[in-house]
Amino acid sequence: MLIRSRKPWSLKDSEVTDEGFYRERRRFMQSSAALLASASAPALLAPRPAAAVTVAGAKPSPFSTDEAPNSFEEITNYNNFYEFGTGKDDPARHAHQLRTKPWSVAVDGEVERPGTYGLEDVLNGIPAEERIYRLRCVEAWSMVIPWVGVPLGDVLKRYGPTSRAKYVEFTTLRDPEQMPGQRRPVLPWPYVEGLRVDEAMHPLTILAIGLYGRELPNQNGAPLRLVVPWKYGFKSIKSIVGIRLTEQQPLNTWQAVAPREYGFYANVNPDVDHPRWSQSRERRIGSDSLFAPKQRTRLFNGYGEYVAHLYAGMDLSRNF
Amino acid sequence: MARRYYKIPLFLVCLAPVTLLVTQAAGQDLGANPVEALLHRSGAWTLRFLLLTLAVTPLRLLTGWTEILQVRRMLGLFAFFYASLHFSIYAVLDLGLDLGFVAEDIVERPYITVGFTAWLLLVPLAVTSTRAMMRRLGRRWKQLHRLAYAVAVLGVVHFYWLVKADVREPLIYAGILLVLFGVRLGHRARRAARLRVARGEA
Repeated sequence: MLIRSRKPWSLKDSEVTDEGFYRERRRFMQSSAALLASASAPALLAPRPAAAVTVAGAKPSPFSTDEAPNSFEEITNYNNFYEFGTGKDDPARHAHQLRTKPWSVAVDGEVERPGTYGLEDVLNGIPAEERIYRLRCVEAWSMVIPWVGVPLGDVLKRYGPTSRAKYVEFTTLRDPEQMPGQRRPVLPWPYVEGLRVDEAMHPLTILAIGLYGRELPNQNGAPLRLVVPWKYGFKSIKSIVGIRLTEQQPLNTWQAVAPREYGFYANVNPDVDHPRWSQSRERRIGSDSLFAPKQRTRLFNGYGEYVAHLYAGMDLSRNF
Repeated sequence: MARRYYKIPLFLVCLAPVTLLVTQAAGQDLGANPVEALLHRSGAWTLRFLLLTLAVTPLRLLTGWTEILQVRRMLGLFAFFYASLHFSIYAVLDLGLDLGFVAEDIVERPYITVGFTAWLLLVPLAVTSTRAMMRRLGRRWKQLHRLAYAVAVLGVVHFYWLVKADVREPLIYAGILLVLFGVRLGHRARRAARLRVARGEA
């Protein structure tokens, strides 16, 4: 296993984009900046307008991996999103039924400024970043995904978490009309997930709003989802409508369903097997994966240099 | 066997699932996780052929159609074929033929222990499927081939134990298996009752 001791702030050779694309990118950013400038002039005169949820012009991040991302086709056609059916292709087929505009998020619990906020207001003023992250599913497959998102910590701070806030609990939309998978109790709806407050405030943790520089497709958790790359994918809850700061550890859905198999922390860990299958290896999704061997899974999905300190002294086989 | 004209067409029909799988694999038409798709589909066909094999006698009991027995061996051997295909895909494509990994999985993962046992039990059934073997084993042949029930049960348990939350598909196979058992048991009960009447014991 190659241990990269690169400092977070340094750039890698592979982050230097090729010249043609780079030139095009500058043009794009210039034109989008011009567009924003011209659009905001009349906006300044109007009563406080809703800011656009902007995915374009996302800044690159030193947290991005240099591994090649999976194709848009793969990322949007192989999904676990039981709200739309339990087959891997069900979300691609049914998620179009979800209305993602308008979208509000209810922020409550141990915060000074609780309320229900439109998505634009939740994200307003926080620059979007591109984060190319590995995502490791508990089923032992993985992908590399170029998300566009904002640090969760920046969002939470604007609502003033109190000193009693120890955890963050997230809730997905519950609407069987739009989400046909919810018509059967395969999971106890709505889907709930949670993080410890230090995990939530960690710079790696993002709320994703886009993919490959465009708006998040519905089957990937539009319009707002969590991405916690060092944990199993089921922690990265999709289509979020509720964010609550709590004193008590939230009971996340998969733990409620099968506590012996899925815990709260769900840190990627090759040494802690799922009771029914091994977690020491994973299949990296890709077009040539028919004959490619499985890869060795890395502790914390390879993000240990950033997050291992959060769990110092913890028995990871008991706190799984 | 000029009389048994159906054998070749039936053989070809039984080959259709694997032909389709090979075509889809070659055409990259198995989705983002082709190995997983191959495993799931080869496993599903194994179960289906097992159930088809076990459905032959109930069908005969319910309809009196004795000729149906002639296809049972082919169906059973195809169950063994698809089971072997399923196991090979797992050992070769999933584990890269690393026998250490295979052994570890068989020992440590209950659903694989059960699955491997099911395949293992099919081996003597396949080996003794010939008419020569039937003659050689006589009465014991029938006893040995009752293992087919055990294989089907193990197969369903294997499937049920690997599913994350949506147990519908394994339960459907379990349901069909229960129905097939039910027909046989019901027939036995009726036959026993009739025997008692005949012997004047009722």
